[in-house]
Amino acid sequence: MVSVNELQSMYENMVTARHYEERLQEEYLEGKQPAFDISAGPIPGELHLAAGHEASGAGVCQHLRDDDTVTAPHRPHHIAIAKGVDLKRMTAEIFGRETGLSKGKGGHMHLFDPEVNFACSGIIAEGCPPAVGAGLAAKKRNTDSVAVAFLGEGAIDQGAFLESLNMASVQNLPVVFVVEDNDWAISMPKHRITDVANGARRADGFDMPGERVDADDAVAVYEAARAAVGRARDRNGPSLLEVQVHRRMGHFMGDPEGYRPDEDKAAAERRDSIERLEADLRGHDVDDETIDDLRDRAHERVEEAIEWAKDQPEPEPADAYEDVFVNPASGVTDSEPSVAETGGDD
Amino acid sequence: MAQQEREPASDGRTDRSLTMSRAMVEAIAHEMREDDDVFYMGEDVADYGGIFDSTDGLLEEFGYERIMDVPISETAYIGAAVGAAQAGMRPIAELMFVDFFGVGMDQIYNQMAKNTYMSGGSVSVPMVLTAAVGGTYNDAAQHSQTLYGTFAHLPGMKVVVPSTAYDAKGLMHNAIRDDDPVVYLFHKRLMGIGWMPAPDGPKTGVPEDEYTIPFGSADVKREGADVTVVTLGLHVHRALEAAESLADDGIDVEVIDLRTLVPLDTETIADSVAKTGRLVVVDEDYRSFGVTGEIVASVVEAEGGLADLEAVERVAVPDVPIPYARPMENEVIPDADDVENAIRDVHASE
Ligand SMILES: Cc1ncc(C[n+]2csc(CCOP(=O)(O)OP(=O)(O)O)c2C)c(N)n1
Repeated sequence: MVSVNELQSMYENMVTARHYEERLQEEYLEGKQPAFDISAGPIPGELHLAAGHEASGAGVCQHLRDDDTVTAPHRPHHIAIAKGVDLKRMTAEIFGRETGLSKGKGGHMHLFDPEVNFACSGIIAEGCPPAVGAGLAAKKRNTDSVAVAFLGEGAIDQGAFLESLNMASVQNLPVVFVVEDNDWAISMPKHRITDVANGARRADGFDMPGERVDADDAVAVYEAARAAVGRARDRNGPSLLEVQVHRRMGHFMGDPEGYRPDEDKAAAERRDSIERLEADLRGHDVDDETIDDLRDRAHERVEEAIEWAKDQPEPEPADAYEDVFVNPASGVTDSEPSVAETGGDD
Repeated sequence: MAQQEREPASDGRTDRSLTMSRAMVEAIAHEMREDDDVFYMGEDVADYGGIFDSTDGLLEEFGYERIMDVPISETAYIGAAVGAAQAGMRPIAELMFVDFFGVGMDQIYNQMAKNTYMSGGSVSVPMVLTAAVGGTYNDAAQHSQTLYGTFAHLPGMKVVVPSTAYDAKGLMHNAIRDDDPVVYLFHKRLMGIGWMPAPDGPKTGVPEDEYTIPFGSADVKREGADVTVVTLGLHVHRALEAAESLADDGIDVEVIDLRTLVPLDTETIADSVAKTGRLVVVDEDYRSFGVTGEIVASVVEAEGGLADLEAVERVAVPDVPIPYARPMENEVIPDADDVENAIRDVHASE
């Protein structure tokens, strides 16, 4: 059974993530008015927000430690928050600032926080093989850390995912694959791209446990993830979890969603995992005042992170030439490369 | 093979101007009406109409059977296009961003590109692989590349890069009719998408009739006596901007739009350099081992080319992945000022 402390911790992660996405949406759209122009405004580039996905990140990461590895896809914020990624530096990265996690080089789809072994990638399903590698390292080094790869339901038709399932299975690696099913891959409904409604059935072909959590419910995710993460930690091999979540916003900010029936979007908003968890908290005799406090604290943390991030300096143009193994010529027309070797920072 | 130029029946004169995406779609629709074997596969090409408007409106006319949304399985659907092409159809497969080519690369360069050769010419692969390319909107290292040189380097693919609506339509007609695999790379910034405003140049007059533009025919966009600028895609417009600004200072710049990398029109380039003696090559791909070096080499190898050449400069993305934050992305992707500076340099050099 889940403890009250754990419920509160998941709740805090979930309301942090929800408020974060709502505030980023505001910040992002500011400056892109009246006509939406992707290159204007304070947040550069594309932005894929995860409002409606919170139960998955919170329910799974509740079982993880800092030394466990997580790889996330292009919609990573809720997972990063639940994994304990430095919120201020993550926000600065999203705003393209010098003190961001990647000094402004990565952006919102390429967040890396080695302190808590978190990484993400914008190429569909390509976070799976590195998670297998983290599991392999844990096995070779004889530690009890585990790796979790998150991906969308649209990603489970990708070779990288299926090959990773097989490799993790045959090598008996401590890896958990978590599929976040929000019913949509951009404009493509799930039934258009797979005949298998229950993605967890992919596990059968690799002789590993597969479970689908049908309700957008943090406690149910928590229970299913406890079994899967526990199995990995006890060196009993990989598992596949599919978790029903909902997409409350467009695929990316600026997505007109013309392909999406109004009722589908309205239903996504009704099935709110945060409200459900509030009910669970009350069921555990947590009073409204405590719930309000948790929410206020989460909102405050988000506001602080955003305020801090917006105050940070932008990188210098010449920083573009750092962190690559051999420094190239600085400037698009210079032809004299510098000889310094850089590599990583350490 | 559809390598003859076919002028539009209307003589090319038209009052109608289109965005690049509309022009591209018009050619696809025309070919689909003419030939039942033409169909389009990609992610979000049906209801969405292509994230970059590459299939906008086609679903309504042709339905889901011919404007096919496919699973996010690039290996499977690009490979399926290869197989369908070998079976005699004329598929078009879209990679949403060229950066995703890695996922389906074997089907692209070991199957699509090589099957004709490996079969001693007994197999043809009449397909088109379309892909969106380019940066300038801070989408970072996995969504901003052009990879022009990568596709042009690997033998067996024709590589097309339109810079205007007029060319986009003619080149697409040609690409679909071609009996060999064609990689058609359209720059996001040129498409005329509502949320990614295009510069002025790519929206041009486009005749309603069909017409083709032969592959391997570069277009001299602006004639000039002093410096030759060779470029493609978005940077055609940036080079023209630089040329206009230098005209005020009495530097007369010739701008050549390659339009196709494979085949490459080396003659037009060499003729221009014979006239100007000074060459600037501008590319939105990585600098080393790429398009810029190849163009310079082609000039040097041309008869008398080495003697003609008095000064050369390359303007390209320095050899770093494309960074996210604006100051850094602006630094590495050449802009009109970078082109202008390079032209001044070669013009001033003894
Ligand atoms: C290999 C690859 N193909 C296509 C894309 C473009 N793309 C980005 S997100 C996306 C849809 C992903 O759907 P899903 O996995 O269900 O995740 P969701 O966005 O719904 O969270 C696509 C096709 C990509 N990033 N990488």
